[in-house]
Amino acid sequence: MSDEEIRSLYLRELHKIAPEVDPKEIDPAVDLREQIDLDSMDILNLAVAIHEATGVDIPEADYPQMTSLNGCVAYLHARTS
Amino acid sequence: MPSLGADMEVGTVLQWLVKPGDAVKRGDIVAVVDTEKATIEVEIFQTGVIQKIVVPEGEKVPIGTLLAVLTTDGEAAAAAPEAKPKPVAPPAPPRPVPPPVMAKPAPPRPAPAPVAAKPPAPPKTAAPHRMHISPLAMRIALDLKVDLSTVTGTGPDGAITKADVERAAKAPPAPAPAPPVAARAAAPAAAAAKPATAPVDRTATMRKVIAAAMARSKREIPHYYLGNQIDMSKAMSWLTAENLKRPVTERLLYSVMLLKAVALAIHEVPEVNGFWKDGAFVRSEAVHVGVAISIRQGGLIAPAIHDVNQKSLSEIMVNLRDLVKRVRAGTLRSSEIADATITVTSLGEQGVESVFGVIYPPQVALVGFGKIVERPWASGGMVGARPVVMASLSGDHRASDGHRGGLFLAAIERLLQEPEKL
Repeated sequence: MSDEEIRSLYLRELHKIAPEVDPKEIDPAVDLREQIDLDSMDILNLAVAIHEATGVDIPEADYPQMTSLNGCVAYLHARTS
Repeated sequence: MPSLGADMEVGTVLQWLVKPGDAVKRGDIVAVVDTEKATIEVEIFQTGVIQKIVVPEGEKVPIGTLLAVLTTDGEAAAAAPEAKPKPVAPPAPPRPVPPPVMAKPAPPRPAPAPVAAKPPAPPKTAAPHRMHISPLAMRIALDLKVDLSTVTGTGPDGAITKADVERAAKAPPAPAPAPPVAARAAAPAAAAAKPATAPVDRTATMRKVIAAAMARSKREIPHYYLGNQIDMSKAMSWLTAENLKRPVTERLLYSVMLLKAVALAIHEVPEVNGFWKDGAFVRSEAVHVGVAISIRQGGLIAPAIHDVNQKSLSEIMVNLRDLVKRVRAGTLRSSEIADATITVTSLGEQGVESVFGVIYPPQVALVGFGKIVERPWASGGMVGARPVVMASLSGDHRASDGHRGGLFLAAIERLLQEPEKL
């Protein structure tokens, strides 16, 4: 997957979890838990959605890397390239 | 208009998902209703055919108001209240009404085929014809009086987002709207040109509703509070090992163990599960656990997971995931709002260590959990670091007392020491 595809996927799934959030206002470097008050259930739902879309198994210990857009891009880039 | 809790007095029909002539079965979602706390999907509890829509989209009515007429199997249409006898209900609006603000049933896309007059179709299973828009955006559109048929969605797959609605609300009204497509010709023309008015402050409205319910609770319910620190080392070790065996889609959060432990502990102390009604405690045989879920824009709501005592941890997890997702997306169901027999709230993720909550009337108990923190813990003459959570009970002293409440918390603690049996 290209980085752009990963970004698009991430924002699409984030929109389903937090429809009130404008994707354009997301700071890709900042933890979404601090930025838009995501909680553990939201992060789990995000991990599940990304797993279902990419087939990448994301261990629980790696969830913290899913909490920012840049972190997720780097994580998935390394596993899908 | 169903009552969706002690704190609800009115509701607004946001969207009908059925039309006259549609066949519906028990459990179908037939409408989306906006309350002061949340957007709720209204389920139907009878199987039959929709005879008439009585309350149009966009109208606010008190609870108890007739929303629609349903003819159940074998029932004559003429028997329905206010329903005029009709051989086969044509899909016509029941009466002239102010145009709903979200009347267009599809996102703005090139129309592939002309809209032709449809012959009366035989009753069929209700097929929801939702707009491609989040309930939140829809609710904001209602507040801001934005005609959604004029809004272009910029979200994924053309979905109308909150930002799209807010942008449309700020935009100056179009001087002369283009002639609408044929399907809209029947709608009064005034609809599209409705100017945006002062927005409703959702957070303030929700706070007002919460304030009323909580003030009532504190005024009427003699609360007592108990707290118990619980060693979570066995539960967390079991959970970590269990999640390693599970695919990402089936992993558990520790909160499902807490919910199950609460539900099972109710078997031992049933007087914390039920309602205070007409001066007496009414025990509930069913254990429907309300889960307090915060709404990011402010406020909270506590919809129920049904029959938690009878479900596996995996089933509770599926229910909880679905519930949280729908709370945040604004698509709760009416039964989930009204049915909770006890509430559980966890504020651990906010760093809170102890929670002493306010009971949601007419319930008689609320269980709180704080953050799991490492604490020195003495056991067998040795002191070690253990993950510990503070479990608390807010109890209604009319329905139970501190002794029974203490037994309830002790049962929760005991159950969490054998997580594999949950």
